Amino acid sequence: MTTYIFRRLLTSIPTLILISMMVFAIVALAPGDPLGGLATNPDVPASVRLNILHQMGLDQPLPVRYVKWAESWVMGNWGYSFGSHMQVTRLLLQRLPTDLWVIGSSYLLAVLIAIPVGVISAVKQYSAQDQIATTLAFIGYSVPTFFTGVLFIIIFSVRLRWLPFIYNVEVHDPIGMLKQAIMPVAVLALFQAASLTRFVRSSMLDNVRLDYVRTARAKGLAQGKVIRRHVLRNSLIPVVTLVALQLPGVFTGAVVTEQIFRVPGIGSLLISSLQNSDTPVLMAITFVAAILVVLMNLVADVIYGTLDPRIRYG
Amino acid sequence: MQRDDLRRLVVDLRNHRLTRRQVAIRMGEVGLSLTAAWALIDRVTAGPARAAAMPGRGSQGTLKLLYWQAPTILNPHLANGTKDFHASHVVLENLLHSDTAGNLTAVLAVEVPSLANGGVAKDGRSVTYKLKQGVKWADGRPFTSDDVVFTYQYIANKQTGATTYGNYDDIAKVEPLDVNTVRITFKAPTPFWYRAFVGENGMVLPRHALDAYVGSNSRNAPFNLKSFGTGPYMVDTFRPGDLVVYKINPYYRDPNKPAFSQVQMKGGGDAVSAARAVFETGEYDYAWNLQVEWPVLSHMMEAGKGVLQPEPGGGVECLYVNQTDPTKTVDGQRSSVQTKHPFFSDVKVRQAFALAVDRQTMATQLYGLTGDPSPNLLTTPSKYYSKNTKMTMDLDRANSMLEEAGWKRGSDGVRQKNGVRMELSYVTSVNSLRQKEQEIVKAGWEKVGAKVNLQSVDAGVFFSSSPGNNDTIAHFYRDIEMFTDSFDLSPVSYMNQWYSGDPSRDIAQKENNWSGTNLVRWQNAEYNKLFQEGIKELDPQKNVQTWIQANDVAVDQVAGIPLINRKGVNARVKTLETGPNMSAFDDATWNMADWKRIG
Repeated sequence: MTTYIFRRLLTSIPTLILISMMVFAIVALAPGDPLGGLATNPDVPASVRLNILHQMGLDQPLPVRYVKWAESWVMGNWGYSFGSHMQVTRLLLQRLPTDLWVIGSSYLLAVLIAIPVGVISAVKQYSAQDQIATTLAFIGYSVPTFFTGVLFIIIFSVRLRWLPFIYNVEVHDPIGMLKQAIMPVAVLALFQAASLTRFVRSSMLDNVRLDYVRTARAKGLAQGKVIRRHVLRNSLIPVVTLVALQLPGVFTGAVVTEQIFRVPGIGSLLISSLQNSDTPVLMAITFVAAILVVLMNLVADVIYGTLDPRIRYG
Repeated sequence: MQRDDLRRLVVDLRNHRLTRRQVAIRMGEVGLSLTAAWALIDRVTAGPARAAAMPGRGSQGTLKLLYWQAPTILNPHLANGTKDFHASHVVLENLLHSDTAGNLTAVLAVEVPSLANGGVAKDGRSVTYKLKQGVKWADGRPFTSDDVVFTYQYIANKQTGATTYGNYDDIAKVEPLDVNTVRITFKAPTPFWYRAFVGENGMVLPRHALDAYVGSNSRNAPFNLKSFGTGPYMVDTFRPGDLVVYKINPYYRDPNKPAFSQVQMKGGGDAVSAARAVFETGEYDYAWNLQVEWPVLSHMMEAGKGVLQPEPGGGVECLYVNQTDPTKTVDGQRSSVQTKHPFFSDVKVRQAFALAVDRQTMATQLYGLTGDPSPNLLTTPSKYYSKNTKMTMDLDRANSMLEEAGWKRGSDGVRQKNGVRMELSYVTSVNSLRQKEQEIVKAGWEKVGAKVNLQSVDAGVFFSSSPGNNDTIAHFYRDIEMFTDSFDLSPVSYMNQWYSGDPSRDIAQKENNWSGTNLVRWQNAEYNKLFQEGIKELDPQKNVQTWIQANDVAVDQVAGIPLINRKGVNARVKTLETGPNMSAFDDATWNMADWKRIG
């Protein structure tokens, strides 16, 4: 097991290096530059613009910039944002708690909805409950968050005046915090829950038909116990993997939803740094996301092994 | 449309752009009886009963501002965009404030320097400011002439990379005459002594906070993220790209101001939902720059919670007409100065095209209160607004002018001459409003027999300065470009767009890496002469006249076709009083000490 993990970690290093090079190249070669807004500004003559570029280190050739970036990244220095000149790590740490709270609770809510609904759908296949759950799941899955988000705003903020639609980190009272989180969490949770429900349902259906379930029933176990103890447990193995693979999303944020509700998470930081060609911030976010994806893949594989004893690591 | 006309008149009256009599006459023109007109005018000019004295320092809780572009730095001289100026102006102050007309008022100066009070030197070489006494920075240190001197040194050092640099580059030196007097000496006599330390580019920085950060380490100063000044508030916490929280500056000079104990400036999102937060839900007290299409905006305004603050000076949306041939390649570049445009080189053709543009429709359908049709290229400061130009749309005359110029319609309705078809490419940035404008212009031009191919380029590319990208405005590899250039307190940098005194420097081309400011490659001796005079003429009245003439020449020769005089549009909730906070040359937050809640 230890050697397996060690080997996997080692092989992920070249993958990550390759990812970093590609992302760096894409960001650098994309049209637009961080001084784009100053190009038509008559107050900034070319010589001053060059000095600003020099301060940002953008006057050097691409390979040099990459090596410098990689060096300082390994040393733990993620650089400074071009826009604010704040340390990228500080910038990310400012945003992370909001993401953990909003996106974390939406994931939790999604799981809490998806598992019971999925189980009921599977156990009572083709019943009215199943039909309703299936319909809702397809709607939830196919309607994009930018639509549900705006719909929620118009219903709950503009018409009913129940909830604020602009997320503000300066709100400190628990009720206010809850109220402003309801809509973004709900939008995200509905979307997540929709796909997860379908997944739980099909995984349950796969198991319900198997021989060990018949054996359990044959030895006289009650239906509820069969479902909970035997079917659900085994069905959740692939679900756990899926959830683990989605966890990096807590870090990278939900780009669209954060933009709609002005949630100051990492997703909205990603968007604004993209618009401003803020390379250090972009690199930090995308690269941390890449590392998390690689790591979570490993974690999922390891969990899978512990949950399912039939899996052996070669 | 009558209601919109009336509303526009009322706004003009409130902002003193029209007199009561002028408004009454125009109201008559849109069909109002004279009695009704005067009744309406009386109601508007009576205004709210003069509110009582200020409510007392910090007595009104939190003020919430919403900016759909988030501030990223709080030092105005390193600003990345307008939002950074606005966020900085809550804490920092300038020597003088300027309104849209160019009228100056004293802020940190005791009075506005003039020829009469001896502040402005007769030879145009220097200006002397007397500074208010007893003003303190938010950390308790005194504000002196030394801070003004320092601010100049900070900006003038090219290594600092100040984005306000251009307003200070005609200064030879800034010296303290005593603790409260400072003299600015210019490199050459200039009528535009009021570019430095005035308006949004003029905020004074504290020497003691930034002395160690002049030059190449300017962007490392902690001050940039937690600035403080002489203004009513100081930065409490700052989350770049999201939120600035301000608290009261305990040393602010007026003990009764400001009215709010805290100010929050929230950033991010989009303009439509920002408008919604003020007009429909009232969640925020103030929203900045609501660039929302007029039908959507006017619908939201009907909810009645907010007031729109349209202020001219947002620049002129303009059609730039290429004078060179964008299809021929000469010396590795298209649109070379050595070529002539196949049809736009003929002034008659340009004039015909100008006559075929329907500005009125564009203004009423797309802009409403947020922009007026404009016959002029130079509209701001409003004292430069020419009254000699006309705004006519006349398809018949346009058609006959093209006929006279020898352009005959072919079998497909497209005009041609000597085997050249009148087919043109017309480009602007990707922006749904601009794409609709393109449709309106195209419809007019096709009626006079031109074939118009619409194109749009991502704004990040279109407005960039990258010499390697053929799609930038400076390359101008198309026949027509449409965008808005911003105004400055002096018309020089704006009117530079048509100046060609030294073509190799002024005209954008490969040889100068497309850095020339004259993008249309237009060359006109009369214009150049007026431009030269305008830079030098010291008599204020004559100076204004010279620039108006320059505008008239450029309009008459159709170096550009002005479309819309755009307005800055912010919004406040009805219960917030912000005073005359809107100006084309200063930030909407410049007078925040006077903001208060009413009712």
